Amino acid sequence: MIVVIHAHPYPSRSRAGAALLGAIRDIPAIEVRSLYELYPDYDIDVAAEQAALARARLAVWLHPVYWYAPPALMKHWFDAVFADGWSHGKGAALRGKDCLWVTTLGDAERYRVDVGRGFEPFTPVVEQIARFNAMNWLDPLVLEGAHALDDAALHAHARRLRERLDAWSAAQRARHA
Amino acid sequence: MREVLIYLAAAVICVPLATRLGIGAILGYLAAGALVGPWGLALVGDVAATQNLAELGVVLMLFVIGLGLDPKRLAGMRGALLRGGMLQLGASGAVLVAALLVWGVRWEAALVGGLALALSSTAIATQAMTDRRQLATPTGQAALGILVFQDIAAIPLIALVPFIGHVQRAGAQPMWERLAIAAGAIAGVIVIGRYLTTPLLRLMARTNLRELFTGFALLLVIGIAELMAAAGLSMGLGAFLAGVLLASSEFRHLLESDIEPFKGLLLGLFFISVGMTIDFGLLASSPVLVAGLLAGFLVLKIASLWAVARWLAICRESWLFAFVLSQGGEFAFVVFGTAREANVLSPQGQSLLTMVVALSMATTPLLLIAYDRWMRRSERREGEADAVSAEGPVIIAGFGRFGQIVGRLLLANGVGVVILDHDPEQVESLRRWGFRVFYGDATRLDLLEAAGARTARLLVNAIDDVEASVTLVDRVRANFPDLAIVSRARNVSHYFELRLRGVQMVERETFEAALKAGRTALEALGTDRFRAKELADAFRRHNIASVDETLPFYQDEARRMSLGKQGREELERQFARDRERFEREHGGAK
Repeated sequence: MIVVIHAHPYPSRSRAGAALLGAIRDIPAIEVRSLYELYPDYDIDVAAEQAALARARLAVWLHPVYWYAPPALMKHWFDAVFADGWSHGKGAALRGKDCLWVTTLGDAERYRVDVGRGFEPFTPVVEQIARFNAMNWLDPLVLEGAHALDDAALHAHARRLRERLDAWSAAQRARHA
Repeated sequence: MREVLIYLAAAVICVPLATRLGIGAILGYLAAGALVGPWGLALVGDVAATQNLAELGVVLMLFVIGLGLDPKRLAGMRGALLRGGMLQLGASGAVLVAALLVWGVRWEAALVGGLALALSSTAIATQAMTDRRQLATPTGQAALGILVFQDIAAIPLIALVPFIGHVQRAGAQPMWERLAIAAGAIAGVIVIGRYLTTPLLRLMARTNLRELFTGFALLLVIGIAELMAAAGLSMGLGAFLAGVLLASSEFRHLLESDIEPFKGLLLGLFFISVGMTIDFGLLASSPVLVAGLLAGFLVLKIASLWAVARWLAICRESWLFAFVLSQGGEFAFVVFGTAREANVLSPQGQSLLTMVVALSMATTPLLLIAYDRWMRRSERREGEADAVSAEGPVIIAGFGRFGQIVGRLLLANGVGVVILDHDPEQVESLRRWGFRVFYGDATRLDLLEAAGARTARLLVNAIDDVEASVTLVDRVRANFPDLAIVSRARNVSHYFELRLRGVQMVERETFEAALKAGRTALEALGTDRFRAKELADAFRRHNIASVDETLPFYQDEARRMSLGKQGREELERQFARDRERFEREHGGAK
């Protein structure tokens, strides 16, 4: 079971998001949760989110980077869902589950990153959130300059995500066979 | 008629003077009584008749106090009430009986007299606490518990009186028969209060005749008091019991506000009648003796009360507690009279002790003034929390479609609310659902007062009738200027009326719902949900700003129309600019 936590404020305006989600939507046993569609008023249903995570073996965090960080609702989702006593502290609801970070940097964001110190200084924050909640951090999939890519390049990238998820599913089946 | 004139005139002259001097209304009434009484100007002959009428004031007061008590809380207090009451009667009684014995009084008289002196005056003490808004504090509740216990304890004390001097009253019934009658009367009051009055009150409320409701309320209280008196019990106790039984009824606040003026007047009469019993002849002939006795009585009683307060863990306000209960009660007058008839007290002794009790009633307000001065001087703000009042911090006026949502949100989050609604059928059905709703017209000042408008933190004006809603706001602004108001507005002109009256927090009842529907419509047309929210937010902001902008020209329709048109155009321009910016930043797909 794979759960995709997708955070983009205007999904119909996101080419990269559409390509990535389009490539994986037909995987059996996958659940896509688009946070801005579910909770436009930021009224996150914590119990429902925790239940979705509890069902899954792999959580995919899929979102663009805005100002070196996840969009505001994604951050709010971390704040609300990863509660003390549930996934950390006395609780360990996510222990051993895999976490794959799939993120895209638009042109503006890549510019901000390029004139700064690159993107690397910012990844440990998201990684640490997963690790602190006892999740298994997989090698992230970062797409830079998403706006400038043509459709072919975008779909090639989306296929890479599909391959990663298929490989993960195969490994799961092998382990339980 | 002439006597009524004298009482009213004396009160009208003395009471404002006393409040002006800062010594409180009680002292004013006492002074008025002393002035017109047989020892003053001797304008009134029949003191006993006045006292009978005045007793009704105490009865009504106990009814109102009973109304203010939640029966569930009272049941929880039972243990504390019994413990505190017995402790107080035991401690103060023992000290005072011993003192009377030392003074050379015969032991039977000392026993009854001492115990009688240990009782306090419910009228003086509760009035003083009400004036100070102290009745709902832990100290006030402890004192009230003791006063209620004293009222119950007075019953066996009355039974004891005939045994002083072994004077048997003619036709006295055996003890068991009297106890059986008493138990029967109490059971009767409970049955009447619990099962009969509420349906009858509903019937009266449906007639929509105010005076009939008031008349029935008075009939109820006086009837129960008479029933108790006929059974040889304290009238006040009966009224108190009836009040407690009606405390959970939806008519609580209405009863309170209807009885209040009668209670106030008759209680004033009661204080006047106490003032009339002060024997100035005696005071003039032996001032040292009277002063010495008074001082001795007060010192002993206050000391014993202070010790009781410590025992009951009322540490911070133990002096206040002792001062409030320091006076002798009305009951002592009765006991001293009987004791003289039975020849255990000399006429001289009776008038002396009566004098001491009456004067001790006058010293209570003085002691409290002294206490306040002293506290103010030693006050160094220890940062302790205020005592929580029994009433809710929020009053909700109108509990229909709008008020219910507000109220349920507050209730679900543990906010105490007092709910008022004027539709008897609505109130009845809401009560069946378990809401604590009170019946009454929320625009009435006395009802607002009874609901706690003076201490409440917030008023939610959820009345659907525009005229009543505006009236309520006017009344609250004029009488409780510190009470914040959150108000429902039926439409834009109602919104203007409310804003012009200085209400800051106004919600148009259809605005948010319509905006949400518009948002849903945008979503149905394919707009991303978060984008639809942003668009609705922008619309809301612009709409509120432009409505508020037209506020000064509310009466000028032409000006408003042109401003409205201007506003619509500006909104369109603003949305166009926003669309452009959005397309630039989030061009992408679609």
